[in-house]
Amino acid sequence: MIEIRFHGRGGQGTVVASKILADALAKEGNYVQAYPEFGVERRGAPVFAFIRIDNKPIYDKSKIYNPDHVVVVDSTLVEAIDVTEGLKEGGCIIINSNNPPEHFRLPSKFKVFTVDATEIAVKHRLGTLAAPIVNTAITGAVIKILNLTRLESLVEAIREGISIKPEDNVKAAIEAYERA
Amino acid sequence: MKKVIMGNHALSYGAMLSRAQVIAAYPITPQTQVVELLSEMCADGTLNAKFIKVESEHSAMAACLGASLAGARTFTATSAQGLALMHEMLHWAAGGRMPVVMGNINRAMAPGWSIWADQNDSLSERDTGWIQFYCSSNQEVLDTVIQAFKVSEKLMIPSMIVLDAFALSHTYEVVEIPEQDKVDRFLPPFNPPWRLTPDDPHAFGGLTSPDHYMEFRYKLQKDMEKVPALVEETGKEYEKLFGRYLGQVEEYFCDEAELVFVTSGTAGYTARVAVDELRAKGIKAGNLRIKLFRPFPFEKVRDILSRVPKVAVLDRNISYGHHGIFYQEVKSAMYGQPSSPLIFGFIAGLGGRDITRDSYQEIAEYALNKNRAEEEIVWIGVKK
Amino acid sequence: MSKKKEARKITFESEKEMPVAPMSLGSMLYNKTGAWRNIKPVIDLSRCIKCGICWKFCPDASIDIVDDWPQINYVYCKGCGLCAEECPQKCIAMVEEEK
Repeated sequence: MIEIRFHGRGGQGTVVASKILADALAKEGNYVQAYPEFGVERRGAPVFAFIRIDNKPIYDKSKIYNPDHVVVVDSTLVEAIDVTEGLKEGGCIIINSNNPPEHFRLPSKFKVFTVDATEIAVKHRLGTLAAPIVNTAITGAVIKILNLTRLESLVEAIREGISIKPEDNVKAAIEAYERA
Repeated sequence: MKKVIMGNHALSYGAMLSRAQVIAAYPITPQTQVVELLSEMCADGTLNAKFIKVESEHSAMAACLGASLAGARTFTATSAQGLALMHEMLHWAAGGRMPVVMGNINRAMAPGWSIWADQNDSLSERDTGWIQFYCSSNQEVLDTVIQAFKVSEKLMIPSMIVLDAFALSHTYEVVEIPEQDKVDRFLPPFNPPWRLTPDDPHAFGGLTSPDHYMEFRYKLQKDMEKVPALVEETGKEYEKLFGRYLGQVEEYFCDEAELVFVTSGTAGYTARVAVDELRAKGIKAGNLRIKLFRPFPFEKVRDILSRVPKVAVLDRNISYGHHGIFYQEVKSAMYGQPSSPLIFGFIAGLGGRDITRDSYQEIAEYALNKNRAEEEIVWIGVKK
Repeated sequence: MSKKKEARKITFESEKEMPVAPMSLGSMLYNKTGAWRNIKPVIDLSRCIKCGICWKFCPDASIDIVDDWPQINYVYCKGCGLCAEECPQKCIAMVEEEK
């Protein structure tokens, strides 16, 4: 079983990112469980989303405390909160940033990756310049770095699950996949 | 077709596939996305139903009752304070024998305001005469809606399908959506024995003297007693068509176990993982998950628990001044049986506090080390 | 009260004879509630403005609109007086029944 935690800010589409990823993984016959932080969301406030992936039914319905990997949709959160909380040793931390991984000075027991999903989102005109929607681009990087699923499944999931500018979202995911 | 959907939408798809004809609901908190999707389905024609938006949950159920009496297959959904506001109408539904099916998201009662899971809302309605199903996965939620309509309409008793807030309601899981024509084969159109119609007007629920009131209640109880067998029968029929068996309880490694957890809801699934972990450590644990809570599955529970020495009942609810409610029920089922286990009662997870695999390790450790139920309630996870 | 139809009291000997839900056995069409009436509404049609408020408010649906005019069905009207209360023209009088 693989457990992943997403960190983002309310309004960035973090929960949708976990849902799209769940859709893509389910297409390849995986069992998935994706859920937002249980509670209320506020725009701009730190939010969480979680996903469990397994090749057999998932009976554990408790929350995820020790994720295998962490995805940080908003790099300002690395300073604001402890994104490594409970993260298993050797786990990957994927950060949306135009800085190199070393910039974040995270403990060496974790593998840090960065991908500039914001630049990709802006290039494909997703959201606004002030508030680009980076969630689809991030999923492209995540499936590549963690080797979770084929790109085709993700593309299919985006086409089915995103109603606004699906093709631009697909292009963003593909670009992030290729650059990751 | 497989789809990744949240528990709320599993209820909506269940109602859609059951071809619900009238849906009446109050759309504001504590309502969830159940009726949001259903209202979209009604608007775009996916579901040929009348959606009635009302001003309160009390009115929602009242509208459902009128529709049900008029012969429509009727569905609604609510949660917590909303269910409490329906309370009076719940008695009307069961006493008037109107087979409404309702989804209830288990949320803790205010105060303090809570949108998180516990079972006190639905268990406060235990004695209203409704059938109650507790679900552990989104698949089970969807399948149970379809089955509930069949059971309810056969016996003219309403059904409540209960699922935990967030852990199911807002959690996405892979769900097999059954094909409509197969569901139609399983669930024929609602054909009630009587109808509210201007062509032959009758009065329903009128003044009932002491000469007759008790007989109506006797008949309700007698029909309630038919539910367990009918749930088995319809469960098997469902399995033939869809490959998934529903039923009164789910047994997991109960044979020759030294300790069996009695659980419900999502905690009932986490318990399976805890059983695996305990078995890996050499402890023969098992799990009995209660799916049908009203009527209580006496026969199944007695049959399984009379074979084990120790039982640990987990309650995500409390009857203040007494015990956890499932604990009360299990004890009452086992009392006076020729072979009755030692039964411990644990309370955990109130107001959405997480129930984890570790919670079960703690429970198992306690139960295995005691030879007597010393405490009325054993609290798990209270910050003392 | 010779004019009033006597209500028949039904007592069941066994639950088996009873319906499942509490409901009237006979059609309500035969439950002629007009017999309950002590005072009856009488409409002065010369002052009626055909607004239909009495028709809307009658809790027993005992007022029909016939050719735009309200007409009270005395077979079912219980004489509750709601129509007289609500009539904006005050053209419905509640008159003592002849016993």
